[in-house]
Amino acid sequence: MLTKIIIIIGITLMYSTPLVFGAMGGVISERSGVVNLGIEGMMTIGAFAGALVGYYVGDPWLGFFAAGLSGGCLALLLAIASISFKADQTIVGISINLIGPGLALFLSRLTFNGATMTSPVPYKLPKIFGSNGLSDTIFSSLNVDVTVVLAFILASLLWFIFYKTKWGLRILSVGEHPAAADTLGVNVYLIRYICVIISGIFAGFGGAAMTLAVVSQFTPVVISGQGFIALAAVIFGKWTPFGAYGACLLFGFAQALVIVLGGSNFAIPSEILAMLPYILTIIVLILFVGRSVAPKADGVPYEKGSR
Amino acid sequence: MQLIIKILRKPITSTIIAILCGFFVASIILSLAGYNSIQTINVMFNGVFSRPKSIANVIIKSTPIILTGLSVAFAFKTGLFNIGAEGQYIMGTIFAVIMGIQFDFVPYIQVPLVIFSGMIAGALYGGIVGLLKSKFGIHEVITSIMLNWIALYMSNFIANTSVFHKPNTTGTYVINESSFTQVLYKWKTSRAGIAYLKNNSFLSDILLRTDLNYGIIIAIVLAIFISFFLLKTTKGFELRAVGLNNHASEFAGIDVKKNILHSMLIAGALSGLAGALTITGMSPHNISTISVFEGNGLNGLSVALIANSSPIGCIFAGLLFSGLIYGGQSVQSEVGVPSEIINIMIGTIVFFVALTRLIPQLANVFEKKVGKKNAN
Repeated sequence: MLTKIIIIIGITLMYSTPLVFGAMGGVISERSGVVNLGIEGMMTIGAFAGALVGYYVGDPWLGFFAAGLSGGCLALLLAIASISFKADQTIVGISINLIGPGLALFLSRLTFNGATMTSPVPYKLPKIFGSNGLSDTIFSSLNVDVTVVLAFILASLLWFIFYKTKWGLRILSVGEHPAAADTLGVNVYLIRYICVIISGIFAGFGGAAMTLAVVSQFTPVVISGQGFIALAAVIFGKWTPFGAYGACLLFGFAQALVIVLGGSNFAIPSEILAMLPYILTIIVLILFVGRSVAPKADGVPYEKGSR
Repeated sequence: MQLIIKILRKPITSTIIAILCGFFVASIILSLAGYNSIQTINVMFNGVFSRPKSIANVIIKSTPIILTGLSVAFAFKTGLFNIGAEGQYIMGTIFAVIMGIQFDFVPYIQVPLVIFSGMIAGALYGGIVGLLKSKFGIHEVITSIMLNWIALYMSNFIANTSVFHKPNTTGTYVINESSFTQVLYKWKTSRAGIAYLKNNSFLSDILLRTDLNYGIIIAIVLAIFISFFLLKTTKGFELRAVGLNNHASEFAGIDVKKNILHSMLIAGALSGLAGALTITGMSPHNISTISVFEGNGLNGLSVALIANSSPIGCIFAGLLFSGLIYGGQSVQSEVGVPSEIINIMIGTIVFFVALTRLIPQLANVFEKKVGKKNAN
């Protein structure tokens, strides 16, 4: 029984980590007033860039940072279009979801002789207890990737910045009432630019957390919908860092249940079992969460002088 | 000058500029990657327009995305973001397959039966989203994303249950022939038909080598009908009013919650219809186990955006989208350019669609300047 619980915890953490990175990206962007529907695309390009650099350079950490950089570059597109040009953020986000995977697969075919998957990276990101720490005890399932810890630190950091620093207050005010923030001397455009680019960097990290820690290469399906789940987690968590973190954990937990239940001899068909995380999410939403209200200026371009 | 301003104000101008920008960016990327971009785009156009067969294929492939595009555009008008078109589409295919295998009536009962079951399945699936939104205030984007995945696994479940699963394949049995909606299906597979078509290369190209079906007619008629419904009926006005300002609508006595539900029911029905028509109109006429979304619903999002949520615009946007995808395949086989360039191109078009919405505003600035000059 204890073994099973520990296995469930291990799988929960493994599954939720890429989601947490994506969700934190969503939280910071949306709290500053820019809807980021492009997380899926940013995660995909990050997953590819991470695997590419990880393979050619051989250093997973460099790959991890390259992933963040590539996600940030895509986010810059969103920032320019939606902040400077005041374009519709939903449309730009969707375009990024087309451009990101398209670019990743295009470049993959160019660099890997027409293959849509990269070669496996020689070194993955380290595990927290080292490679041979607990290999023969039941706690070996808890020997999770270092990204799990990073994701938790990231969520805590975001919480601290939002609620304990003046920078956080500025971000929140820009997301709630940009005109008021502007009259107090806060540079609305600058803050939104920074938040959106950081959002892309986080999402890129999330992609790399998949291709450099969970698996060791990029494939066309390695990011299939995680970005959208992360987006749902943001709304589920009511746009707060730990709310979104909890939503990701819940989702990872449901995935772990699917795997553990699927391993035991249950009479439920695997396809029905696979629906569990999604059904569970909806039920939890109905029973406990209910109406979620977005930051007031979320999705609204800020025009100087408008009321 | 006035003429230029007038042209700039037309929404179609912005869309055309966005499409040109998409081609431009794609050719830059192709050049950077070391390909001859002019030749590539040439091959793409040739792939689409060289033979009647390929034009027919573009039309066939456009049918589902025109309908899912309509579905998304319709929900947009009520201020709802129907990212769940994919799931509703899948539910449409599932129920069309179930009914198509279980029943075998004469075609003029069977075809409507199969298509309406798909439509109703999609409508109910969309209705869940609308109900959860209006009753519990749950954001439609979360429920839609979750329901998409549930539909995907439901589809795999049906594909593998013993009643429907065809042994030694990854999919279900093919639906009964009485539910097929290909043009002249009985005749073209009969001996007389084959004999006749042998002598007519144009007809045999589009009838025998493709799955040309009646779906496109339904899609076009529905696009026109929805356009009329939204603009000329009281219900359509209510739905649009809720989308424009739900507080004002509530104040004016419009039942916002009911309209959200109705909007999702109709949007779902459209996506479900897209799924059902794919099953009845295109081989392989069944569903198979899938691991990722095929994207007919998600592509509907792009179609609706390129069309600027105009129902009639969805027809052309769907044809464009389908043409690009079809042309992309010939690019890969003939020039060796990765077909993903098309995804980048479509993404860029959608990106510029968002940007070029600003062109009409630009026209206003222009007009002011001209006005000032004239006043002096």
